[in-house]
Amino acid sequence: MCRRRSPALTLPTVTDDLLLTARDLTKKFGDFTAVDSIDVEVRKGEAFGFLGPNGAGKSSTMRMIASVSPVTSGELRIFGLDPAVDGQQIRARIGNCPQKDLLDEELSVEENLWVYGRFFGLSRAEVRQRASELLEFAQLSERHADKVEHLSGGMKRRLVIARSLINNPELLLLDEPTTGLDPQARHVLWDRLFRLKRQGVTLIITTHYMDEAEQLCDRLVVMDKGRIAAEGSPRDLIDRYSTREVVEVRFDTDEHAPHAAPLEGIGERMEVLPDRILLYADNGDAATAAIAQRGIHPLSTLVRRSTLEDVFLHLTGRTLVD
Amino acid sequence: MVGYALWRFVLLRDVLAFRRMWWLFASGFAEPVFYLFSIGIGLGALVQDVTTDHGLVVSYAAFVAPAMLATSAMNGSIADTTYNFFAKLKFSKTYDTMLATPARPWDVAIGEILWSLIRGGIYSAIFFFVALAMGFVRSWWAILAIPACLLIGAAFAGVGMWATTYMTSWKHFEFVTLAIQPMFLFSATFFPLAVYPEALQWLVKLMPLYHGVEIQRGLMLGDVHWGLLGSSFYLLALAAVGLWGASRRISTLLLT
Ligand SMILES: Nc1ncnc2c1ncn2[C@@H]1O[C@H](COP(=O)(O)OP(=O)(O)OP(=O)(O)O)[C@@H](O)[C@H]1O
Ligand SMILES: [Mg+2]
Repeated sequence: MCRRRSPALTLPTVTDDLLLTARDLTKKFGDFTAVDSIDVEVRKGEAFGFLGPNGAGKSSTMRMIASVSPVTSGELRIFGLDPAVDGQQIRARIGNCPQKDLLDEELSVEENLWVYGRFFGLSRAEVRQRASELLEFAQLSERHADKVEHLSGGMKRRLVIARSLINNPELLLLDEPTTGLDPQARHVLWDRLFRLKRQGVTLIITTHYMDEAEQLCDRLVVMDKGRIAAEGSPRDLIDRYSTREVVEVRFDTDEHAPHAAPLEGIGERMEVLPDRILLYADNGDAATAAIAQRGIHPLSTLVRRSTLEDVFLHLTGRTLVD
Repeated sequence: MVGYALWRFVLLRDVLAFRRMWWLFASGFAEPVFYLFSIGIGLGALVQDVTTDHGLVVSYAAFVAPAMLATSAMNGSIADTTYNFFAKLKFSKTYDTMLATPARPWDVAIGEILWSLIRGGIYSAIFFFVALAMGFVRSWWAILAIPACLLIGAAFAGVGMWATTYMTSWKHFEFVTLAIQPMFLFSATFFPLAVYPEALQWLVKLMPLYHGVEIQRGLMLGDVHWGLLGSSFYLLALAAVGLWGASRRISTLLLT
């Protein structure tokens, strides 16, 4: 909790402080609009998140920021530079961890880092030095001479993340960084990202993991169908779009919809999902008591705090995957 | 300064990868040598002397050897810039990763073309020394034969790479075979141009390999004339156009 900013949404006023600005940023693939005129501002040193379901347009946005995908329309500035003009300068200062683990399978683990680093103007000696540090961080030191194709999925992911750090980037783009990582590796990575942030590196992260967004992001946007549905700090979004607590009610049935009507009026709002009913209330225990008072006996009731999942459900009427 | 001559590291990548696949090396070199021995020497035992298009009378093997040298240069660069380039472009996605760094599409194209020239150049050099040892080199002009191989290689590498960017499946490589095979047979490789009817001669003169063969034959037999300069410019232009086209296509395909 202490990692989060104050709930008040402070919009940036000092322009030098802005590392990225997007106005009406749009990406089309043929007739299909993947990113639909979004406005985003990211400040220096901030950890900013894009949260959204599959196909929301997160990766499309990230690729435009990474200056590997031309902007269809609207304005995008990174470090005050236009990717259409200064793409090379921008890429030199960015760490890019794409969603797909694109590693060179014909090279060894360390050679992947060496070659990649040389493109950023690092010398042979610097690249070797950085590579061994990063392999240490990625817990891959012992595998340094192995062929990449022999690594496990999680190891490959860690190597891609390590590779994205080789140029000591000012801005690190992480497109679903922890997909495929086990819980332990995930926490190691989060810890490392906090350390980078303390050193002043700006982070832009996409995820569809709620806990990741809540843990890592100072500020985030909820994205759905190419548009931004809401923006704010995790706490702020939960306060604005959900109640303090949620009661998850399950019945011994295949179909939950018929059980909704008798619960009507308990709490502020209700969401009916195929496998459970969610009752939004500031006091979950009171809501649970109200259920019992009405003589309703669900299979289980569970009181929990609201999360970004609930925000997402409220904003889009859909659950996020996972 | 950001991003100075980044094609060097595309080349570095290929050298590192190749260290594990050195045995692939043998394949590209063997073919022209086999042809030299089977057709040049075997057939040469039957066909005595040949009069070149420029009036020189030489043994059949000495006539065929320069053509095989030009062919080895072609084969060497085609292998890397078509098949191998396609695999990296479409399947291993090697270039997507490179383009996320300060590298630009032409760095990729230049690096890959240079790599193909290094590999093709080594094939050609080995072939050249085989031909030299066998006494098919008649002139000091032949010192320029290896640089000329690089020029031939560059033309085929550039155009081959550009064409490859339009391919969407391995089946399309039939077209490469379809282009290379007739070129190999008809570019005044095994017969002088004069044996063809006039109309066909014009067609042959459009083939890049014909110009490569002309240059090599001129250099190895010491029959140097201004026409070779024209042939060199033709090949240089193909290399430049191919490089330009390939860079643009890499950009269109990957920076989407
Ligand atoms: N190169 C492309 N050509 C055509 N359509 C594309 C291309 N890239 C993405 N799209 C489409 O754009 C939409 C957004 O895709 P994008 O990859 O940005 O989503 P995402 O939010 O990253 O999803 P995920 O969580 O699955 O990674 C999808 O409908 C996708 O099919
Ligand atoms: Mg994505």
